[in-house]
Amino acid sequence: MSARGSKRRTERNPVGTTTPTYLGMPKFPKLAAPELRNPVLRHNLQMATHTIRDKRAEVVAEVEDWEVLRLDGARSKDAALNDLDHHLEELERNLQAAGATVHWARDAGEACRIVTDLVRATGTDEIVKVKSMATQEIELNEALEAAGIDAWETDLAELIVQLGHDRPSHILVPAIHRNRSQIREIFAREMGKVGRPAPEGLTDDPAQLAEAARQHLRDKFLRAKVAISGANFAVADTGTLVVLESEGNGRMCLTLPETLISVVGIEKVVPTWEDLGTFMQLLPRSSTGERMNPYTTMWTGAAPDDGPQDVHVVLLDNGRTRVLEDELGREALRCIRCSACLNVCPVYERAGGHAYGSVYPGPIGAVLTPQLRGTTSDIDRSLPYASSLCGACFEACPVRIDIPRMLVELRSQVVDQQRGGLPSAEAAGLRAASWVFGNHKRLEGVQAGAAAASRLLSRRSIGQLPWPASAWTEARNAPAPATESFRSWWRRTHEEEGS
Amino acid sequence: MTSVPGPAPRVALFATCFNDTVWPETPRATVTLLERLGVTVDFPMAQTCCGQMFTNTGYVDEALPLVRSFVDVFEGYDAVVAPSGSCTGSVREQHRWIAQRCGDDGLAREVEQLTPRVYELSEYLVDVLGVVDVGAYFPHRVTYHPTCHSLRMLHVGDRPLRLLRAVRGIDLVELPGATECCGFGGTFAMKNADISVAMGSDKVRHIRETEAEIVVAGDNSCLAHIGGLLERGRAGVRSMHLAEVLVSTAEHPA
Repeated sequence: MSARGSKRRTERNPVGTTTPTYLGMPKFPKLAAPELRNPVLRHNLQMATHTIRDKRAEVVAEVEDWEVLRLDGARSKDAALNDLDHHLEELERNLQAAGATVHWARDAGEACRIVTDLVRATGTDEIVKVKSMATQEIELNEALEAAGIDAWETDLAELIVQLGHDRPSHILVPAIHRNRSQIREIFAREMGKVGRPAPEGLTDDPAQLAEAARQHLRDKFLRAKVAISGANFAVADTGTLVVLESEGNGRMCLTLPETLISVVGIEKVVPTWEDLGTFMQLLPRSSTGERMNPYTTMWTGAAPDDGPQDVHVVLLDNGRTRVLEDELGREALRCIRCSACLNVCPVYERAGGHAYGSVYPGPIGAVLTPQLRGTTSDIDRSLPYASSLCGACFEACPVRIDIPRMLVELRSQVVDQQRGGLPSAEAAGLRAASWVFGNHKRLEGVQAGAAAASRLLSRRSIGQLPWPASAWTEARNAPAPATESFRSWWRRTHEEEGS
Repeated sequence: MTSVPGPAPRVALFATCFNDTVWPETPRATVTLLERLGVTVDFPMAQTCCGQMFTNTGYVDEALPLVRSFVDVFEGYDAVVAPSGSCTGSVREQHRWIAQRCGDDGLAREVEQLTPRVYELSEYLVDVLGVVDVGAYFPHRVTYHPTCHSLRMLHVGDRPLRLLRAVRGIDLVELPGATECCGFGGTFAMKNADISVAMGSDKVRHIRETEAEIVVAGDNSCLAHIGGLLERGRAGVRSMHLAEVLVSTAEHPA
């Protein structure tokens, strides 16, 4: 019975691909180790996550029916996902009717090819970008670069990451691992190499840094013929794409160029215009801790004589239908990329985003990455274990994704996948323990041995233990077993009452 | 308040395997406390472990026989009480899923019938017995760490704090950043030892800020992590289970 269950899961476990940047990365604890020892990073992350965490808590607390909103959000995402093919076709029809061209991409390679060809067809060799997780996921910038096309990130934090030849470490604030003096240094050093240089004597005053970015980007906005975006939502019954942002860079990209290409994960669909209302309340509060974000841009295909006239939408699968097949796993596709789970996660706060070996870090990344890429590599297999299962993420999630439960499910998939071969030390140990716990007489035997050893040891605390327990005692004392187990005491004191 | 009116309630104690073997003073305190409140306590000898260690490490097949045995041992009781938020959480939130995942729908149904009667100690005291003042005396400076599973899985809320506030002589100090995880997380403490210790260090720093003599929680596993760090740092702060504080009296101090 149990064997059948395991086999079924193993077969279902997707064998995906890891994009080149993250291929061959070691497992999470190894990636986290140097980050943990970086005092500047630890300080930056602690400051930033606690600031956003507190802001979110404040604006969420002022919404009386927040829990009802969360349920609504989960329900409308589930409605979309449970009938996804229908909603996607409806979206396609309405987009086409409004003058947009719809493309379907099975994976990262296909999506990058479609976008590259579309850009090439315009004859331009540079594009401006609105911050987008989907294009990060498929490594579009790298693909465009290989085709001789410059892709300019225009979101402030993405710009910092790009100029710093760095990787994003947060979904909402990709440069969260940088402080303002580091940003000043990057701007001063790098801006001149790719456009208007940073002004002389740039300080680390946030207003000055923002102004330098504004000036640097202005030329690019005014010059660009093509913009590439993602979308926060795609409304099926109207064919409308929606982007929420804070800086106005998105508005520039979405209105100024002649051609607009949007790469949209197929899980971004919401069934109706009305569903959008729920998410417009849930997302800004969960994400930036604002009641409403400063800029919301919505467009339905191409509007005559207004904004981009050549409008393309690339609908991206890249592992999503595999996730959808999994009854227990599909809940993760509800994710609206708000990053509330990252900001409340004690593991993310200390390890930082780079340790997750993916564009999706933090608790949701520990679920999504192995779901989308499979669990065939060291990093992907280790991600479900990158959590103490404290549950803060589930509590913060605006669409009620039960991340701890999904992490446990993924752990069992990782273990089941490795069954059948030579058991690891961990597997052998846990199997032996399971055998001991399988019968109370066996447990009593072990307890008697442990109690005898403890009597010889004659103290309650152990400072040093051999491998693998040394992982515990390296920094913590370990408790010694009691010299008399509870059940021995019970037998001695409650003998006549005990069963 | 020393005993509950009406016919004596009966409960089965689920000691939990770790308490049984490593921290017997906690289930002993639970028995003494419940008996003092007029509850008849039974300890079914056939009990072993809820299986959480296996489940949360991904070894669901290994956890399944333990779910079976938990149901067999406890299904005849009106109430099961455990001095552990984490193990109670595993029984209530994971046992049914384990049975279903392994394709045993019959067991899943049995689990569903049993789990509403499984209580964490503070839930049983406050919700079932309706007591907050358990007649304890504990003249010490204490801070309380709400463990993640009791807080976010079981939603015990302020029940443990209400019980502690009613203890005579206690100097209860609020713990800064109380709801943040201590970093134990079961096998997380071993697999991601560096991060676990980093989280624990911050928890310990907050505990020391309170200048408490004793840190109290409802889970000895989290306390082993916190206490192990405190002891390694020679902090002179003791960790103690809630049950041991509540059982303490002037005549029998803990």
